[in-house]
Amino acid sequence: MNDSTQMNLESAQAMVNPQSVKTPVNVLVVGVGGQGVIMVSKVLAALCQQQGFQVKQSEVHGMAKRGGSVFSHVRFGEQVYSPTIPMGQADVLVALEWAEGLRWLPYLKPETGIFIADTQQIVPPFACRDRKHGAVSGYAKESVAEISELISNCFAADAGFMAAELGNAKAANTLLLGMLSTALDFPADDWCEVISQFVPPKTVDINMQAFSQGRDWVERYDPAVLKGGKGIAVKPGGLVPIPHEVQFVLPVITEAWCKSCDICVKFCPERCLSLNENRIAELTKPELCTLCRICERLCPDFAISLNYKN
Amino acid sequence: MSQLAELNKPLSQTAKASGQAKQQPLRPMMGNEAIARGAWEAGVKVAAAYPGTPSTEIMENLAKYPAADLHAEWSTNEKVALDVAIGGSFAGVRSLTSMKHVGLNVASDSLMSQTYIGVNGALVLVVCDDPGIHSSQNEQDTRIFGQLAMTPVLEPTDAQEALDFTKLAFDLSEQFDTPVIVRSTTRLSHTRSLVKTGERVEVRGKGFLEEPKKNVMIPGHARLRHRALMERERLLQEYFENSDLIRWEPGSDEVGIITLSTAYTYVKEVFPEASVLKLGVSYPLPEAKIREFCSSVKRIIVVEELEPVIENQLKVMGHRVEGKSLFPREGEFSTEVVRDGFEAAGLLPPTPKFELIDIEPMARPPLLCAGCPHTTAYMALRALNSRVSGDIGCYTLAAVEPLKAIDTSVAMGSSIANATGIALAGTETRPVVATIGDSTFLHAGIPPLINAVYNNANITVVLLDNHITAMTGGQDHPGTGRNLRGQETHKIDYEALIKAIGVQWIKKIDSYNMGSVYQSLREATLYKGVAVLILDRPCVLDPVKLKGPAFQVKAESCTGCQACMNLGCPAISWSDELYEGHHKVKIDEAACIGCSLCAQVGSTNCIQPVDAGLLQ
Repeated sequence: MNDSTQMNLESAQAMVNPQSVKTPVNVLVVGVGGQGVIMVSKVLAALCQQQGFQVKQSEVHGMAKRGGSVFSHVRFGEQVYSPTIPMGQADVLVALEWAEGLRWLPYLKPETGIFIADTQQIVPPFACRDRKHGAVSGYAKESVAEISELISNCFAADAGFMAAELGNAKAANTLLLGMLSTALDFPADDWCEVISQFVPPKTVDINMQAFSQGRDWVERYDPAVLKGGKGIAVKPGGLVPIPHEVQFVLPVITEAWCKSCDICVKFCPERCLSLNENRIAELTKPELCTLCRICERLCPDFAISLNYKN
Repeated sequence: MSQLAELNKPLSQTAKASGQAKQQPLRPMMGNEAIARGAWEAGVKVAAAYPGTPSTEIMENLAKYPAADLHAEWSTNEKVALDVAIGGSFAGVRSLTSMKHVGLNVASDSLMSQTYIGVNGALVLVVCDDPGIHSSQNEQDTRIFGQLAMTPVLEPTDAQEALDFTKLAFDLSEQFDTPVIVRSTTRLSHTRSLVKTGERVEVRGKGFLEEPKKNVMIPGHARLRHRALMERERLLQEYFENSDLIRWEPGSDEVGIITLSTAYTYVKEVFPEASVLKLGVSYPLPEAKIREFCSSVKRIIVVEELEPVIENQLKVMGHRVEGKSLFPREGEFSTEVVRDGFEAAGLLPPTPKFELIDIEPMARPPLLCAGCPHTTAYMALRALNSRVSGDIGCYTLAAVEPLKAIDTSVAMGSSIANATGIALAGTETRPVVATIGDSTFLHAGIPPLINAVYNNANITVVLLDNHITAMTGGQDHPGTGRNLRGQETHKIDYEALIKAIGVQWIKKIDSYNMGSVYQSLREATLYKGVAVLILDRPCVLDPVKLKGPAFQVKAESCTGCQACMNLGCPAISWSDELYEGHHKVKIDEAACIGCSLCAQVGSTNCIQPVDAGLLQ
């Protein structure tokens, strides 16, 4: 056992507070709409019920399913009142997507909380909204290595990749359940029994494999491997723009050649061109222009040009 | 056993040992599922609703019970649904309608009269509020409606109570000759907890009760009924004095907390030692019981989500209570919010501040799906520089970047009449357009369309027909040709309907043809008078999830113009390559459904089907 895992052990011990044994255990499951957040939390809730606990599982439907952020609170124990987990109170945070995991980190118990994450990145169009030269992605910048510096119990794996290697990328959620199973004291057989009830009958075998794969991965876990071991993705956060030397200046419109066809106005993705009172194309919102050169390319009369700066 | 499990062992095992002793044959149920179960057990015979988050699953679950047990339907709107349920009650059988909070606004006209009439067979309204506005246009408090309609309002806390209270509501309705409101909230409706279920009790229909003085609300009858209502309020109040719905949980006499609904769970969580009076009803209140409770403690605090409904009633009774001075009047409650309130009251020590991990979360707003047929209309409307009145549905998302093409959105069916007003005001220089979905059109869009024709407004109406009620998760409606139980039924012919209304310019085209949508909208907006353009394409998610051959970006042709990004398609994002410093794009093949819209807007023939050997 190396130094880092030793540290995990010590900090995890702090989780057991003798005065709060009656306090429910809080597991927060998060991800993007359509990933299976509700399925994962339903499996956990069913298992907790089977183990004789009172359990509450709370989610919000509606707008969230349209590619938005989705979360599900699972609380179990002898007596559970509130259906939701307060900030800083989650014993375990299970993230099906990297940036979603980061969003909910403030809900994790400081010091002792366990963060289990799929390093898979689902980049929303919103993060790619800037068409300008040299634009930087709006996707979360923090890398797995940086987060494991902040959180002592950080278990991040490329579950989709590992499940695909087993033969079905869709079993990634079960792999994460395998990882989660090591943080909660329920027999592995009971986990398998409950999971079997929730997955399609034909996929039970592969899901069982994925479950043990997830479990084994945590057992064998060694933070030192983070630097690029098998099955672990260490992607740089977001996309890093490569500096490009070519610089353009704003479109120049040769009025005499413009025949008012309106093509540039209609196609400009930023809507910064319009026809003036003489029906001649004009750059009316130069501050919005991203130098994409669509107008130059589409003008049938070569009336628009973007030139090199030098 | 893993290291972590070993360490957690004491925690889990203690909880398990005490938990197992109580093991019962319980079923995990969402609040809405439990409400449906309660209604079924109570012997409901007629159930009707229009879908609306967070209430939709109530009717969906009722439809899972045999057709021989009850008639369950999607109605065209909430007023129709309530009127159908009222009909069931007139006919002498137990009836139910469910809706979201704003649905009660639509149904309120009937409720205000029906409360005078009372019931023959029981009449229960389940109304789900949305504190925190997770998926609504406002966060109005239904309990005030209960007071206005002098209709009792029951407020369950968890799924078990949701089942029990719904069942009880049917009995109370018949016992006191009144409609009864069961009020839920998003948190209750969408939280799963363990429930003990019972069996269905068949209640024999009473048959129609011929009593015109009660059933026909003309002024002479209504005046007498109003008097009966006040007597009913008194009797209900008396009943609640000794009802199980009111639970006194004794504790310290320093402070007494009066709470209800999900707020109760947060109170128990943060302040377990306090004296609590848990109310299962918010109108009418058991005054004597409350007086007794208030005199037993030194300080009284009311903890309730949204409006100070209980607090104000208590103040009228003459009690010195605190409530909204400590807890917010807007938003959803949580353990943190309730704790903050008690801290502000000086009753709990300040929470020890811990260092939160400081990471700025990435924005991930909800989006129209990859291949959503609504996208083209808004691309074209933006290019046409139109003034657009929107409506309620998924397409409200077109109000934000990148489509950003909707100027107003008020309530179900408002778009057409809003556009009529904008056009008739005579000040708008842009083309005035209303956009409305198929289900919303049938809900409340037909009278305003008649009105627009009748008053000769110069507007264009875009009927976004995606053949389903998409926003709430894919429910059938009269335009789909199927009912709630999936049976074939008459299918509305929109063109014939709109023609009969008197619209002269009607055209129906494929939503996926970007050029045709643009051209047709240009024609429609140039037409003087009411023009209706029907954009026809099924929703990509419901009733079946569509998946066609995916498209890909030819990296060598991509010039990083990102014109395709204007669609806001979740399948398109940046690739790792650059073109002259601009990010090239890529398409996630798993997410792409092959609608081809990005290929239609691309400027360099850069987007092609993955399997495009023939096209090259």
